[in-house]
Amino acid sequence: MTMQPALLSTLALALGDGAHADGGHAAQAAGYADVGALQFAKANVDAGYAWLKWMLLAPLASVALCGLFALLKVKGRWPAVFTVGAFATAAALAVSLYFQWSPTLFGTHAPLAVPLADWITVAWGDGPLQAFSVGFGLYVDGITLLWMLFVTVLATLIALYASEYMESDVKAGYARFFFAVSLFVASMLILVMSDNLVGLYLGWEGVGLCSYMLIGYYATQPGATAAAKKAFIMNRVGDLGLALAIFLIWTNYGTVSYDGLFQAVASADPLSAQGSWSKAAIPFLLLMAVCGKSAQGPLFTWLPDAMWGPTPVSALIHAATMVTAGIYLLARMAPFYTQQAIGAEWAEPALLTVGWIGCITAFLGATIACGQFDYKRVFAYSTISSLGYMVMGLGVGTAFGGVYYVFTHAWFKALLFLTAGAVMHGMAGQVDFRKLGGLMKVPGFRLTMVCMLLGCLYLATAPFSAAALSKDIILYQALTSPVDQVRWMGWLGLLTAGITAYYAFRVWFRLALGPVHIEPGPDQHGHGDDHHGSHGHDAHAHHGGHGGHGGHGGHGFHPHAPGVRISLVLAVIAVGSVLAGLPSYLEKSAGYNWIQRFVLNSTAWNRATAGPEHAEILGRDAHGTLFVLATGVVVLGIGLAWVLHAANRGLGDRLRASMLATPGLKWLALGSEHGWYVDQLYAAMIGVPAWIGAQLLAFVDRFVMDGVIVTAVGRIPGFFGRIFQPLYTGSVQGYALTMAGGIGLIVAWVVWIWLSGGAS
Amino acid sequence: MPAAILADAPLAPAMPATLQLTLCLSVILFGIGLVGFLTRRNMILMFLSTELMFQAAALAFVAFGRLWMDLSGQLMVIFILTVAAAEAALALGLVVLLYRRKETLSNEAWAELKE
Repeated sequence: MTMQPALLSTLALALGDGAHADGGHAAQAAGYADVGALQFAKANVDAGYAWLKWMLLAPLASVALCGLFALLKVKGRWPAVFTVGAFATAAALAVSLYFQWSPTLFGTHAPLAVPLADWITVAWGDGPLQAFSVGFGLYVDGITLLWMLFVTVLATLIALYASEYMESDVKAGYARFFFAVSLFVASMLILVMSDNLVGLYLGWEGVGLCSYMLIGYYATQPGATAAAKKAFIMNRVGDLGLALAIFLIWTNYGTVSYDGLFQAVASADPLSAQGSWSKAAIPFLLLMAVCGKSAQGPLFTWLPDAMWGPTPVSALIHAATMVTAGIYLLARMAPFYTQQAIGAEWAEPALLTVGWIGCITAFLGATIACGQFDYKRVFAYSTISSLGYMVMGLGVGTAFGGVYYVFTHAWFKALLFLTAGAVMHGMAGQVDFRKLGGLMKVPGFRLTMVCMLLGCLYLATAPFSAAALSKDIILYQALTSPVDQVRWMGWLGLLTAGITAYYAFRVWFRLALGPVHIEPGPDQHGHGDDHHGSHGHDAHAHHGGHGGHGGHGGHGFHPHAPGVRISLVLAVIAVGSVLAGLPSYLEKSAGYNWIQRFVLNSTAWNRATAGPEHAEILGRDAHGTLFVLATGVVVLGIGLAWVLHAANRGLGDRLRASMLATPGLKWLALGSEHGWYVDQLYAAMIGVPAWIGAQLLAFVDRFVMDGVIVTAVGRIPGFFGRIFQPLYTGSVQGYALTMAGGIGLIVAWVVWIWLSGGAS
Repeated sequence: MPAAILADAPLAPAMPATLQLTLCLSVILFGIGLVGFLTRRNMILMFLSTELMFQAAALAFVAFGRLWMDLSGQLMVIFILTVAAAEAALALGLVVLLYRRKETLSNEAWAELKE
């Protein structure tokens, strides 16, 4: 428990304005008293910004139009036009809001609240907590604006890319695809822009629904529908946490609107705040939601399977935007991880849990990625790993590092997926990098491979890249922490960085270098990625002289080089990836860089700054040591990949074969390839008991319900029926005679009573 | 005693002899119908016998309606006629179908329906 004051005093540095965040103050910080009270600027309610609603209405209009096209089964390219247009409109509005804010963003900027409509009002009494009222409105602060910017800009670019990528589906699911993508962006914007938790929940469920629809887009393939169901159900587990967290927030604070909520949190006295279990549960339940949506900790296995969706979807939803919704939630709800909101004795475990979940997920994701042969799955596991870094960043106390990494990651991971998609698109859906090679030498693929190199460099956090700059902030914060556990997270994170560098370049060396080797995938005449020559231009670039057929059924297969739209989008996102690192080089304003300003002007601000300025790692100056260490592991990782997969392409395979042959190391290779058997573990832990329970219930149903109750009860009338059955002879006259005889008897009886004088 | 019932009825005209005759006719008609139904095996004739019993009942209604000077009895007859017409259409249709199945009008051909 002695670490408690230590970690919280680290947070103290982050509190107050920049002037207080100096080393001297840190040295004296030893207890809760130094944390100081949280303060949140009261939102500036300004209906003049009601035009922001068009950011939601534009994608929704596209949803309506694409939905109409899908319903009426109209074939054509119009859905792509609507979608790109709507996203571009939203992006233009976000950028214009940014420019309105930019003069003041570098000062202290109050959040903007724009009430739009009444939504839910229920009252069941006059007392406190007996009325629930929530409006539909927008709440825009730094992190909202950041998310609005990169979501809309990336969505526009990726929709443009998809308009070409999905070309072969123009006669099939084109409208349905863009319907779901538009709905996704609308939901994502509702998620980040809503001014209350109920609106966030609406968007949260909306993006989950769209994710489900798009993973299962190729609905004729059983794998795709299974993956969609898996993603949907695992997300529901997390969403349960979010729903419970919202309930508890409402019962504890009486409001779910951010403005009122954070004022209520800030007004709590940090010294006397006593945590109740219901307050203490809030951060853990929120973390559960994060684990579902951002594929963390125990709930990450849906994300690799989500790669069944079309690749633009993987890039947009399962790499750049939706999966960062969890990070957004953590940053938005950051006050709940400090002791003011939930009580001091709970704050520390909550933060450490966040950190460890992120750290371990990052490590597991990276180790699994090393064992995959499907390059898209490698990138999927790298996304899990990167998201783990972001969560760890928030857990170790640097929302700035976490959010900065979200921003840079969105660009380079979208780039990686889009290049992977371009390769799949061109190679008839071939996703196994052992069956491809030397793509640098294949005409039309050079831009793609160069873009992928850039993406891999960023994924590997090569020195001076945007990714490294943002990742190092997280590692710096962790490694300079006074808390032992947090430093361990930092060292594990550093190791993960090395592994990441290895697997990123394992993919690139295999795909780009070496002799040209192409075995086309299964889609040569199949779904989605089939090429119908609909691009008009160099769709069938011939490269017969490169021996690309490999004699593996590739007769007459011609790689299908990316067209103008895909190339353009790749180039723009590559430039964006590079520029994402710019904030770290530009002049800082009052000690804070561009991204930091977004975070500082948000509810995550209390953990926005980096750790102590003159901290030490291993007894040396922290900045220099970290740079050397981080660069070292990256160079080692890339070097290892070079040795195993580029310099001698057979070496990696031989190493793997010898590992499989060695009993002590076999589990390592197999475990990595099979995702450490987490899926199988779930099957054993949840699937098997559920199966046993189902068998038990089926037994009860068959023998108790059907057997004892239904059949036994049914036999009673059957028994009596058999007694009287002989009376039924089948002769109508016999029945009639019985009837007549009966009536005759009744008549005789009445007459007998009458004659005997009984009726008088 | 019937006489007492008649005496108590305010609107009852003193026509018991006619009533009794009519009721006798009704009973005879009903008896013919019943005997016909019980003795015949031809489904069309059995059906005609039920019609006879119907008409016997209708006649009794008319007789009592006349006795009470009440139109309800005759109203009932209209209903009986309507039902009889509908039943005739249905029953003859059924008979035709049954005949097509077994090429006979005897109802004994359908004795297996007892199960």
